[in-house]
Amino acid sequence: MTRSDAQERDYEARETAGGQWTFALTGRIDAGNASRLLSEINHLLREKKPLRVTLDLSGVQYMDDFGVLLLLELKRHGPTGEGAFRILNPGPKIQEILDMMDFEALAEEHAALKKKRPPNALVRLGEASIRQFSEGRFALSFLGDVCLALGYVILHPRSLRGEDTIQAMQRTGVDAVPIVGLISLLLGLIMAFMSAVQLEQFGANIYVASLVSLAMVRELGPIMTAILVAGRSGSSYAAEIGTMKISEEVDALYSMGFNTTRFLVVPKILASVLVVPVLTLFSDLFAIFGGLIVGVFMLNLTAGAYVDQTIQTLSLFDVSWGFFKSAVFGLLIAYVGCLRGFQVRGGAAAVGQATTSAVVSGIFLIILFDSIFAVILTYWG
Amino acid sequence: MAATTPVIQVKNLTARYGEVTILDSVSFEIQEGEIFVILGGSGCGKSTLLKHVIGLIPPYSGEVLIEGEDIVKCSEVRFREILKKFGVLFQSGALFGSMTLAENILLPVEAYTDLPKAAMETLVRMKLRLVHLGGYENHLPSELSGGMKKRAGLARAMALNPRILFFDEPSAGLDPVSAAELDQLILKINRSLGTTMVIVTHDLASIFNVAQRVIMLDKRAKGIIAEGDPVDLRDHHPDPFVRQFFNREAEE
Repeated sequence: MTRSDAQERDYEARETAGGQWTFALTGRIDAGNASRLLSEINHLLREKKPLRVTLDLSGVQYMDDFGVLLLLELKRHGPTGEGAFRILNPGPKIQEILDMMDFEALAEEHAALKKKRPPNALVRLGEASIRQFSEGRFALSFLGDVCLALGYVILHPRSLRGEDTIQAMQRTGVDAVPIVGLISLLLGLIMAFMSAVQLEQFGANIYVASLVSLAMVRELGPIMTAILVAGRSGSSYAAEIGTMKISEEVDALYSMGFNTTRFLVVPKILASVLVVPVLTLFSDLFAIFGGLIVGVFMLNLTAGAYVDQTIQTLSLFDVSWGFFKSAVFGLLIAYVGCLRGFQVRGGAAAVGQATTSAVVSGIFLIILFDSIFAVILTYWG
Repeated sequence: MAATTPVIQVKNLTARYGEVTILDSVSFEIQEGEIFVILGGSGCGKSTLLKHVIGLIPPYSGEVLIEGEDIVKCSEVRFREILKKFGVLFQSGALFGSMTLAENILLPVEAYTDLPKAAMETLVRMKLRLVHLGGYENHLPSELSGGMKKRAGLARAMALNPRILFFDEPSAGLDPVSAAELDQLILKINRSLGTTMVIVTHDLASIFNVAQRVIMLDKRAKGIIAEGDPVDLRDHHPDPFVRQFFNREAEE
């Protein structure tokens, strides 16, 4: 005769005849003790390997669905065959639970939860292609939408949501000045420092000014600023529109007769196109200032000479080319951010993906267009 | 009534958002196994009260006792323990969109029990059958209707058979048939498992169907204006406003 521990006498097991075991359960069987009972009785079943098992429920006062689960699992692990597993004397309360949980039907079914298996490679390739294609089509039609909306706003300036635009300009531009300034300053310091080490050997200290200003104004200023804006604002556009999409706010706008592109996208694109060049200007200035610090304190240049050299190096074309590029980058960032926002379907996870994707595709487009501009300039200039 | 400790005791609870007082010194008790309904017009603080009772918001002043333990003063660790006695069904189900129904229900089961894997899966199937969603184990929440989401949320809320189930507007957004089915489900679970139910609602049909005792909150009084059996309140309460509410009449 085996007995569970004296403190918690909730079952008793005895061998009534050869190979015939009876388990008498008593007291409460609920979420608190079901898993312990299950492992203990299962252990006994494995050890004694009975031919017939009887569960006596006459002493059970309360049982919830964890109790039903216990019975089910014991039945599954116990001996099989006609009459090999029997449940005796369930009280009226217990029988009610068994009926409610549909014990008989549950005992019959064995279908396990299946994980959704990924389909084979060919199917996945096909699905991915279709998805890419439809995404591309959506991106293209969204581009058309944006062009139409922009055109409309240019023809009807009063339809522009001015306040939204100003707010977007503040969030994309003004709020970004500190971080853009700091990073550019450090970048200017680093560039000047690195080039100073080399140029000093040739006594060409003054060309540090040329190098920093030209590199910043033509390439690094626009690119660094655009990447920062993509991370700060492209992501926030995507998250904002994506959340509006899943909470049916976009549908609400549409049903009120608003053109959603004009309402949500145009202010962001305009703000971004106007503000990114300004940020680039800040970036250029801070970087040149960073170079100046190195020039004055490490290379013994005078501030005047440094500034003179900078002004001599830069042409008006360099500066305006940089601004033109950053305006284009601003357009790309806002376009991709809004596009990813509108592509959100489903729930919270989709918003997260859209945000990531807005930044990644934003940066990719920035670099891609920068290369295109470089090629154009090479053949043109 | 026996002299047992009530499952939930709220003593002089005052709730404020900033300077605005929503509830002023509210006290009530809920007995074990009871179906208790908190009702009132929009903006009277029903949901606020619920959030205080389940510890989502700390009260401005007052006590909330769950089985005699103060959840406001107790330690974080102890509060986690007390939380295991709760199940909450949020208004829209609050299922995790990236998981299937089975995974949603498995989440608390895996975290708080040490059942073998196969037993857990059986448990999930049982829970879903109980809310009439057998066969939907591998569906995502986005593939379900509003009523089904709510029932799936209920299955998750009662995954570990909590002693107390809280419902925030269970019938909001459901058609009358689905709402009635949910009521039946609430009654069935209460009867078979003895779960204490605390329901926040203003759906009259559902109140008359399930409620054993109600408290009615009011915006102007910032507290309870009526307490008792809903039918009794409808017919005999001295305050005409209370009778109007239960009879669905407009204010004159």
